[in-house]
Amino acid sequence: MIKKTVEFIALKQRFIIAAAVIFALLYPLLFSDLFILRMGTLCLMYIMLALGINLIMGYMGQMTFGHAAFWGIGAYTAAILSGRFGTNFIVDIIAAALVAGAFGFLLGLPVLKVKGYYLTIVTLGFGEIVRLVELNASGLTGGALGIRGISGIRLFAQEFTSPRAFYYAILILVVLTTVILMRINNSRYGLALKSIRDDDSAAEVMGVNVVRNKIMTFVISAMIAGVAGAFFAHYISYIDSTSFTTQASQEMCVMVILGGLGSIPGTMLGASVLTLVPEFIRGLAEYRMLIYGVIMVVMMLVRPQGLLGYTDFGLIRTRLLEERGKKKGGGENNGTTGTEG
Amino acid sequence: MFLQQLLNGIALGSTYALVAIGYSLVFGVLRIINFANGSLYMLGAYLVFVLYSAMNGQLVLAILFALLATAAAGFLVDFVGLRKLRRDNAPRMSGLISTMGIATIIENVIQIWIGTETKQFPDFLNFGSFQIGSAIVTSTQICIFFISLFLMAAFSLLVYKTKIGKAMRAVSQNMTTARLMGINVKLVISGTFMVSGFLAAVAGTMVGAYYRAIDTLMSSSVGMKTFAAAVLGGVGSLPGAMVGGLLVGVAESIGGSYISSGYRDAIAFAILILVLLIKPSGIFGKKIVEKM
Repeated sequence: MIKKTVEFIALKQRFIIAAAVIFALLYPLLFSDLFILRMGTLCLMYIMLALGINLIMGYMGQMTFGHAAFWGIGAYTAAILSGRFGTNFIVDIIAAALVAGAFGFLLGLPVLKVKGYYLTIVTLGFGEIVRLVELNASGLTGGALGIRGISGIRLFAQEFTSPRAFYYAILILVVLTTVILMRINNSRYGLALKSIRDDDSAAEVMGVNVVRNKIMTFVISAMIAGVAGAFFAHYISYIDSTSFTTQASQEMCVMVILGGLGSIPGTMLGASVLTLVPEFIRGLAEYRMLIYGVIMVVMMLVRPQGLLGYTDFGLIRTRLLEERGKKKGGGENNGTTGTEG
Repeated sequence: MFLQQLLNGIALGSTYALVAIGYSLVFGVLRIINFANGSLYMLGAYLVFVLYSAMNGQLVLAILFALLATAAAGFLVDFVGLRKLRRDNAPRMSGLISTMGIATIIENVIQIWIGTETKQFPDFLNFGSFQIGSAIVTSTQICIFFISLFLMAAFSLLVYKTKIGKAMRAVSQNMTTARLMGINVKLVISGTFMVSGFLAAVAGTMVGAYYRAIDTLMSSSVGMKTFAAAVLGGVGSLPGAMVGGLLVGVAESIGGSYISSGYRDAIAFAILILVLLIKPSGIFGKKIVEKM
């Protein structure tokens, strides 16, 4: 059944993407309920975070447990800037991306020496240190009290605070992120990353600058998380260090692995499922997290590669069309195979 | 002050070392991180607490049953969450998620069953205290240190001197070849998980007695720190896990008291990162890098 579904999706790719975009655009108009709108917004934010971490985990094959730190750095940057200087949203986003990117560069530097699980520990330690600084440096971050009363989206001398405005803001950011990642996917840089993932020694021998590519990945991924953080700060209007824990980093990893490493639609699916499921079983109160755990285990047992892991829709489409061509005209097929991926 | 913090750090660090051994053994055999290990630590302590109140203060029996039950839980982690994945030749990351899921399940079952408030734990290792210079040493600290030392020595002997240990090391080198040599690989893996569950439970129980209290948050930070300790020592290396555990405990204790208590864990992690930068594959690690 899964195979049939996947094949159907592969064939109707463009149609489904168009439908998804239209649905995402109309979503706030279709549902006026504030809770549902909020779920949609959060879902999109997590998709953005998961897409960023997917670059490190799915494309570069590096486990990381410190991603929430970048999210937090972005959030604090935006909150401090807009609180103290009254900057507008665009400035906040750019500043958050730059600051988070700088920290990403900092975290990327150890790749000169450290690899694999050892690097995972470095990311874990980094995440914890950043969180503790956020918790203790009360002069800058408000310490345990956090920063409250963060403004809405300031743009063109106006302040947007309606749920719909936030929804469309994050939708635009997600679309931008997706476009960037799709470009990376097929670029020289993307291919270099995948070669590093598969075998970094071989990649190095083939002339791929492993260190530079790895550091760049950390920077890009951190920037994406930073922007998501800036959005989060303005959206929630109150931030403190309890949001940006290692637990949060792990949840992001789970989203990517559950959705399927290295797959953009998979990551979106994983992030949506893991954001929405706990909310929809909220009625079960204390059993909520228990069920969440059971889902994690069962999903892995049923589909260890993740929902859409190792599923290349472009490839499946090409193969299916080829098979059809053979059936119809007995070998005269060509040109129908298409090149889009 | 320094001596006092050093002693506190050693006591705490030796419990970290026990949990870190569990991570290291499982990693050595299967090349995955067993995220459920931290929650087994909590499970062990809570089982002692529950059995102790249920059996009218039969402490020794309660601890014995709790340790065995946690070892069984360790077996179940593998049996439920990982065995099928191995059979399917699933990617390693899926094992990670599966054990994370089991950790979530264990922690939430305890929360639902016993509640989230802090529980008083029997103070059974307390026979008094004495002074060395200006530092006060409690019998609990001494007991923790020697019990940990004894268990570490016992398991080192088990791994490096017995036939079972040889089988374990063989499986960790090459599972297929080990199977061809007539080693019961399933049994070895189950045994490894039971040992790690047992050690985690011992550590949890001792920490419970040390602080005289247990709560449902005890697993999260310990899971992280002991995992870090295992990596710091060099994943897959037993002496490495011990040294790593002690180092993290001492760093945390001394750094916390000299620099700032708010930055206690941050200091432990900063030292960890520094050590890894100087010695990229852990203190006792071999130069093999595993990709995930």
